[in-house]
Amino acid sequence: MTIENPYSLEGKTVLVTGAGSGIGRATSIECSKLGATMVLVDINPDSVKETQDMLANQELNHQHFVCDLTDDAALDNLVSQVPTLNGLVNNAGINKLLPPNFINREDIDKIFSINTFAPIFLTQKLLRKKKIVPGASIVFTAALNGVYSSSPANSMYSASKGAINGFMKNLALDLAAKKIRCNSVNPGMIETDIMRQGAVSEEELEANRKKFPLGRWGKPVEIARAIIYLLSDAAEWVTGTALVIDGGVLLAR
Amino acid sequence: MTLEEFVEKFADEMTETPAGTITAETHYKELEEWGSLASLSIISMIDEEYGHLLTGADLRARNTVKELYDYVESL
Repeated sequence: MTIENPYSLEGKTVLVTGAGSGIGRATSIECSKLGATMVLVDINPDSVKETQDMLANQELNHQHFVCDLTDDAALDNLVSQVPTLNGLVNNAGINKLLPPNFINREDIDKIFSINTFAPIFLTQKLLRKKKIVPGASIVFTAALNGVYSSSPANSMYSASKGAINGFMKNLALDLAAKKIRCNSVNPGMIETDIMRQGAVSEEELEANRKKFPLGRWGKPVEIARAIIYLLSDAAEWVTGTALVIDGGVLLAR
Repeated sequence: MTLEEFVEKFADEMTETPAGTITAETHYKELEEWGSLASLSIISMIDEEYGHLLTGADLRARNTVKELYDYVESL
């Protein structure tokens, strides 16, 4: 019996940012299980090395790089060292909850630097150096917030993700001639979410989990599998799509 | 900051509670508008005024505005 797997990533080289934790780590591990050669990027040297040790098919010579994606010189250095890519997952992100009265330049600059400008400039620099091959797939980790929904005190993050959604869609059009596809995953709340920073009570989090028709928050691996679909040849005719993976929470709003 | 000033700043953030009803002895968790946005507003106000970043647990561990003031002043 021969089983065909349209989701196979064999022969593909895939770069993931924010590979040291959460969705980035899960994506790196799952991609490696499907045969991809991984290029891991994170700002934290220990956690990215730890992810590399967790990858499957170690004989594929996966690599990792420590990089502050908000530093242009560091980005240039990274881009000069990475191999040509069949997949790019712009995933690194941060969040800070602040009510509208407390929005400030310092925090919003930091959020936009990582969530919006870093993926834009990493993509631009890779394209410029021809490190993204024709037929490649670029995936952005966006969010429900800023595209499909909103949540309390989350306007800075929403703005940064809304911006990346617009960038993704326009890039999809601009790169279509090169057969480079661009899409995003838009997760609902994920158990390791950066949303959890102590300000919201465990009772409120529990009440929030109950709002999900499928009865719980998501797991990083569930987002990783959607990213794999978009990276793989199974999604060969899919571009400019913001893919919701949310346990049905948008249905219940 | 004096207790009176703290009460005033606290009340400033509680936009749905009528002015003048919040005192040092108000049990803030019993306010009708108390919830994630209100608690994040108080956390942000204290961060801005004192440079201390409290958690939701810090707010839950106290009851009155004065207890919260005493805690923040003790940090």
